This record gives sequence, C-alpha cells and structure tokens, in this order.
Amino acid sequence: MTTVQIHIPDEIQRRYRSDHPLRRTGLALFGIGLLIFVVGATGIFSTIPLLYSLLSLGLATTGALLFIIPGITERKPGIDNDGIMFRPMLNRKSVAWLTAIVFTGFYVLLYWFPSSLEHMVVASDPLSWALRGKAADRWFLYGTLYTLAVLVMGARMLIKYRHSRYHIIRTLSVMFFQLVFAMLLPSILQLFNQPEFYFHYFWPLKYDYLFPSKITFLLENSTRLAVFMGFWAIVMAFIATPILTYFYGKRWYCSWVCGCGALAETLGDPWRQLSDKSLSAWRIERWMIHSVLVFITVVTLLLWINSATEGAVLGSFSYSFSRIYGFLIGAMFAGVIGVGFYPLMGSRVWCRFGCPQAAILGLIQRFASRFRITTNGGQCISCGNCSTYCEMGIDVRWYAQRGQDIIRASCVGCGVCSSVCPRGVLNLENGPVSERLH
Amino acid sequence: MTQTRRDPDTLHVVIIGNGVAGVTAARHIRKGSAAAITIISSESDYFYSRTALMYIYMGHMTFEQTKPYEDRFWEKNRIDLLRDHVTHIDADAKQLRLASGDSFGYDVLILATGSQPNKFGWPGQDLHGVQGLYSLQDLQRMEQYTRNIGEAVVVGGGLIGIEMAEMMHSRRIDVTFLVREESYWNNVLPPDESAMINRHILSHDIRLHLSTELEEILPDSRGRVRAVKTKTGEEIPCAFVGLTAGVHPNIGVCEGSPVTTGRGILINRYFETNIPDIYAIGDCAEFISENGTRGRIEQLWYTARMHGESVAGVILGRRAEYDRGILFNSAKFFDLEYQTYGDVPSDVRDEDSLYWEHPDGTRCIRIVMRDGVVTGFNLIGMRYRHQVCERWIHEERPLTYVLEHLGEANFDPEFSHQFEDRLIGQWNERHPDQAVHRVRRRGLRRLGTSAYRHIRENATS
Repeated sequence: MTTVQIHIPDEIQRRYRSDHPLRRTGLALFGIGLLIFVVGATGIFSTIPLLYSLLSLGLATTGALLFIIPGITERKPGIDNDGIMFRPMLNRKSVAWLTAIVFTGFYVLLYWFPSSLEHMVVASDPLSWALRGKAADRWFLYGTLYTLAVLVMGARMLIKYRHSRYHIIRTLSVMFFQLVFAMLLPSILQLFNQPEFYFHYFWPLKYDYLFPSKITFLLENSTRLAVFMGFWAIVMAFIATPILTYFYGKRWYCSWVCGCGALAETLGDPWRQLSDKSLSAWRIERWMIHSVLVFITVVTLLLWINSATEGAVLGSFSYSFSRIYGFLIGAMFAGVIGVGFYPLMGSRVWCRFGCPQAAILGLIQRFASRFRITTNGGQCISCGNCSTYCEMGIDVRWYAQRGQDIIRASCVGCGVCSSVCPRGVLNLENGPVSERLH
Repeated sequence: MTQTRRDPDTLHVVIIGNGVAGVTAARHIRKGSAAAITIISSESDYFYSRTALMYIYMGHMTFEQTKPYEDRFWEKNRIDLLRDHVTHIDADAKQLRLASGDSFGYDVLILATGSQPNKFGWPGQDLHGVQGLYSLQDLQRMEQYTRNIGEAVVVGGGLIGIEMAEMMHSRRIDVTFLVREESYWNNVLPPDESAMINRHILSHDIRLHLSTELEEILPDSRGRVRAVKTKTGEEIPCAFVGLTAGVHPNIGVCEGSPVTTGRGILINRYFETNIPDIYAIGDCAEFISENGTRGRIEQLWYTARMHGESVAGVILGRRAEYDRGILFNSAKFFDLEYQTYGDVPSDVRDEDSLYWEHPDGTRCIRIVMRDGVVTGFNLIGMRYRHQVCERWIHEERPLTYVLEHLGEANFDPEFSHQFEDRLIGQWNERHPDQAVHRVRRRGLRRLGTSAYRHIRENATS
C-alpha cells in the first residue's frame, strides 16, 4: 500500500514568516536581551544590577512584546492557525529540540546547580529589593522570569483570541493570579515578615501545605495571618476544591487560577497541538497521574503518622520518602519535564501525566461535576480541529462525531476546541449532572 | 426487489469508497454482525475527513490528524482495507475487477464512490494549473500548482469556492473569485445573509467579481494556465484556476454493469439499486423520484453518515425506510460561522421571516415561518442548538413561543454577548400588539427528556 503524504515545500514555510518591521526589531531586541542575560552569568554585571536588569530582562520583554503586537493588524479577529503545521519550531524540528534543551537545561541548573546562576540572579535584584526589601535569590529570579513569560505570552493570547470573550477573560485571570498571587503577594508578605504563602496553591500540588511541619508551623504561629493561612490550606484542599469542581469542572483551577496552567495557557499555547491523542497515551496518562496521586497521599499520611507517633513507628523513613517525592515529582517532573518538554510534547505534559491536583479534580469532574463539553446534535463533520488543538490530548472528535458530550477527567476547560470548531459543535457548559451524555 | 433473508454473519460485504458514507456503513454492519467487511478505496489507505482538506493546505492540521480513527481501529474491528480501484462490476458472478488485475468477490456490495467536481466544457479546463477540489489527490495537485504563485482565480460561488479562496489567501496568494450569480451563494442564502458574506469576502482582500461568468481559460506557451477570460471579455492573469462549480455523482464504476444510473446511481428509499445485493449510499446515490421529477441527491456530510447507518440496518435485516428528518447544515466562510436548521428558502418573503442583523454586519438571526409557525433558522456569527431548533420546528411552535424561549437555543460560548433580546426588541417594536418577553437566557437546563432521548438515538455508535 502506498502512503499518501502531503509534502509542504520549504518556500511555503517562508511565506508564513512575517517580515513586519516591528517583528524584526522585536526579535533583535529579544535576542540581545537574552544574550546580555546569559553573559551576565560570568559576573561582569554584578556591580550594576539595575543596568543589567534593564538590558537583559527589560530588553527581552520589550522585544517580545514588539514581536507580538503586529499580530493585531496582521490578521482579522478569528481563529488564526495558518501555517502552524509548517513551522519547524512548532513541529519538533531541530529548533524545537534546541529550545527544549535550553528550557530543560535552565531547570537543571536551577534545581541542582544553583551556583551557576549566582550572577544571573542579580538581574532580578532591583525588583526583589523593591518588592521584598531584600536581595534576590534563584527562586525569585525564577518567579520573575515565570511571571514575565505569563504576562508577555498572555498578551499574545489576548491578541490571538481577541474575538472570544471566554479566552480574553480566562487569560486575564491567569495573568492576574500569576502576577498578584504568585509574585506580588508572597513578596509583600515577606516584606512584612510574614510567612511566604501562595494562596492559589493547595495540597497536593503544593504538597507541603498539608505536611505536619507546615500546618503546625502555621496554626501554632503567633500571628493571626499565619493561622488564617493554615486554615486556608485545609479549607481549600478539602472543601472549596470539591465544591468549585462540582459546579464548574476542574477548569476553575487548571485554566483560570493555577500557575502551571497559567504558563501552559500562555507560553505553552503555541505548542498545544503536540499533545499525543492516541489511546495508548491516554492509558499511560491514567496510570501515571493516579500513581502520583497515590504517591503523594502516602507520603503525606506517613508524615502524619510519623508526626503523631513522634517518629516511633517510621523513624526517618517518611522524611526520606517525602524527599524522594520532592526530587522525582516536585522538581524533575513538574519543572524539568513539565516545562522543558513544551516544544516536544505540548504544553500540558505535567498537568496531564503528573499533577496530583489535576488527578483529584479530574476524578471529581469525571464522576460528580456539572461540567461537560456539549456536542451540538449532528453538526460535527469529523474534521479534527478540536482533537488537534486539545492540549490535554483528548480525542474530542471521537465524542463529537458520535453526538456524545465530552466528559473526561483530564479536560482543563481551556475552550480552544470550541473555538477552533468550524461548525459550532462544541460548547463548555455547566448543567445537571444526570443529563451529561456519556 | 425482494431480497432473500440470510444470516448477516456469513456475508462478505464489500464497500467501494472509504468516505464517511462507506465507513459509517462498515462500522454499523460490524456493530450488528460478524460479517466479513472489506472497504476498497483508490484514494487513501485510511479514512480521512474530506472536510478537513482545506486545513491541511492551510497548515492547521497534518494529514494524519484528519483521520478520525487510529490506524489500528480497523484491524481491531476486523474491517479490511484494500487500496485498489474497482474498474468493473460483474453483477452476475458477484465479482469486482480491480485495476491491479485481481478479482474480488462479494455477497453484498455497497457503492459509496462519492462525487466528482463539475466541469462545464470550458475551453482550457484541462490545462496544467486548473482543477477542482474534492479528493486527496486534488489537494496534492493544488499543493504543486500553487507553489510560489502570486495570483489565482476561483470560479464558482459555492462552499468549495470560498474554501479554495480562503486556502490560497492563507498563503498570501492574491485571489480573484468569479461568481456567476449577482450575490454569493444566493441560490441558498436569502439576500441579507448573502450580502453579509459578500462583504466578508471583500474584507479579506479577495477580489470578488459577482455576476461574472467564465468564458475560457488561456494557456501560456507551455500549456500552463496564464489567465482567465470572462464573458465580458476581461482578462485576469493567474497561475492557478480553481473550478468549483459544484460536484456530480461519481458513477463511473457502474459503466458496463446492469446497475441503472441517472445523474447518480438510482436507489429506492432503502438504498437498493435495481440489482439485488447492490446498494448505493452517499454523494453517488440518487433517490428515484416517485413523480417523475429529478431524483434527489444528498451531498452533505451528515446525510452520508445517515445513509451509511441506514443501509447497515437494511443489510442487517432491520429494513426501515430512510428519513433524513429536518434539514440542517453549517459552514464557515472565512471567520463567519453559519448554521441553518429547517427550511430557509433563499427567496423567503419578508412577511414570512423575522431578521435581525448586528450593526457591525457580521452576525444575524433569521427565523422563518409559515402561517405563523416556525419552519427554519439561519444564523451567522452565532451558534444555536440543533436539538432545540429541530424540536421547535418539529412541534410546529408559533413564532411568539420561539421568541420567548429563544435563549434556550443559544449555543454560543460562555461570556459571549447574547443578542436574542435585540431580535425580540425589534419584533416588539414592530408588533406591539403581539409583544413577547424573553423567558430565559442561554445555558443548559432540562432540555426535556425527549430531546435527550432523541440525541441518544441519533448518536451514531
């Protein structure tokens, strides 16, 4: 049997590249900023933090924005996926692998070779002093880069989906939570000598928030705010999360609030089509994500048993177990693979295969939630745009062409399937649980 | 035309054509029997979605992604796929002759050979760089022909025409769009909707030439297209011409066989041809009309799907007359989505329809009625629920009822603006004596168990 292949010649790839002067300028500035940032690793800018900060982070951010802005005039509002399948960066070609290596490499340095970033941390010093009243550390640098990525690429999302209020509002939401809840609020807490706390992260994603050491520290703290934080951590994990997920599906968190989701929905958006839609990927996904959930649950329980028995039963075993989780899941999976593999496996590798929070929310969504993606009668033409652009690897078309609602644990409710559907077939809706069409 | 009842499990069902009609038939026969099933196609190894051809060209999807089923689906469901071309049907011996030289036997034959683009004998219609768009091979040719070209012409004012214009527009090719009618697709769309699409086409820098007919296609010295000439004598230079003046049934396979054909392969309402054990479904089939008028040919995606499901029922012994139900369809013209439910004649009289258009000219709602009873909907730039519109038409609801409940039909994404109130306001202004009040906004609520049962039954698997 001969295989049918559609060959896209190189000259077409060039046609898709915009030569808008702003884009070229932007790209140049971004490159220069990045270069200066990297050169800073040698320490030559360590004595001039403000200048280093402006020339690296400032220039790169400005450049990226200039690169993005022409999108407003280049195309009319509407779905703009032209040429996505022709672009090497978005189709696992060399440049994508290179990017993945750079991303991954950064995380490896960040987690295990922090001294190599010692001088680059200086780039976020001025901001750190302004917000927290102290010098930056590597985690502050990381937070700064993360937030900048969400904001800049968030701007790109706002332009790309400017015809859709759903996307505008949810993008503004993740940008807000990243900027305020992940960046500003924890910094200000530190400025006032309060515990560093992220109100938008809960157990089990932020697993230590229910570890006995943390909870005890918060609840037995002398300040009321810390006690509130302790209660917040418990209430959110056990009460608010299930209730919100019952009413709105896991999207209230995964594509509206969560920081990992924020990065996936902004920086990761260009790679969303790379998620594997095969049945085998789905099978692997279910095994992995639920194993991680069991893992962290066991770790947490062991720590509590340990704490209750004052180490009599388990000794130091539970601690080393939690350290293994921290290394394997917290650092390796969530960071290195989760973001590093964006250009190879799509934007939701961590959310799909590893996140225990997503696992819990997914179970609620699958079995006890009012959320579903409704299929509009017989309008589906099986074109496959929905499946192609599902970042969670759901074969949406499978359900849509059978007239079934999509009720999948993994759906984060980003709404892109509904937007790219050319026939108005899909809609994210909340309604009576009993009437979801399986 | 009585067909002997046999155990379907012992049959070898052969389907010619792996489009949505043939594949749906195969899937439903498999669901209901252990019959041996073979699908023969000369187009592609696996079923792909023809409606997605444009997205491959535009770079929205790869060819792989247009396949609705993973490759292993077919083996798992014991549906054999054969890549070959049937050249002759020997109905007496129940044998097919294949282009590869082999012969292939069948017990039951389903013809699902689809369509072919129309060509009306235009001079130059077979030049290098001139083509229609229907098959994967057409797409491959289009890929070659349009490589690095600057200007193209599309002839024909239908759905494929605008698709081709959009495809080439995505690659920065200048497109001139020749439409014979005085307004785009006005044999289907009422004037307001048609005008809206005209404006939208123009806003994408497509040179839309209305009331313009093709006279001939002019070659250069190497036999490639150089320009087209219109009936008014205007010459439009171009390196590619897309011919999209509709399609006709692909019935070549019936030549030399006793299967009778008209415009398409003639079938009754059970998809039976004149020859026992040979059926025809999808685009290639023509329903024999009872009153001597032209038989109906259904060329829609969902009708093909319904044909496939229905013919499977007939073959499996659940012989039920085909009823396609209340018509619906949808399309997307560049960025404008269009949905239609029920009957919306292009020449609908003003007094028979209620029409609201957004001031920005990119959204509209039209509700059509007959004797005060709602019979159809047209939506542009908005999405409405299939089940709700269908139910209202089926239940013959009066306009005032539909207006009051219109929010129920709205299927637009959350947070999008809702315009039902504007339509109702317009109605109330003009008919203060019959003023209505909207009962509810959009959103899921109990659509009624009957509506859900209906969808369940329609869910094709």
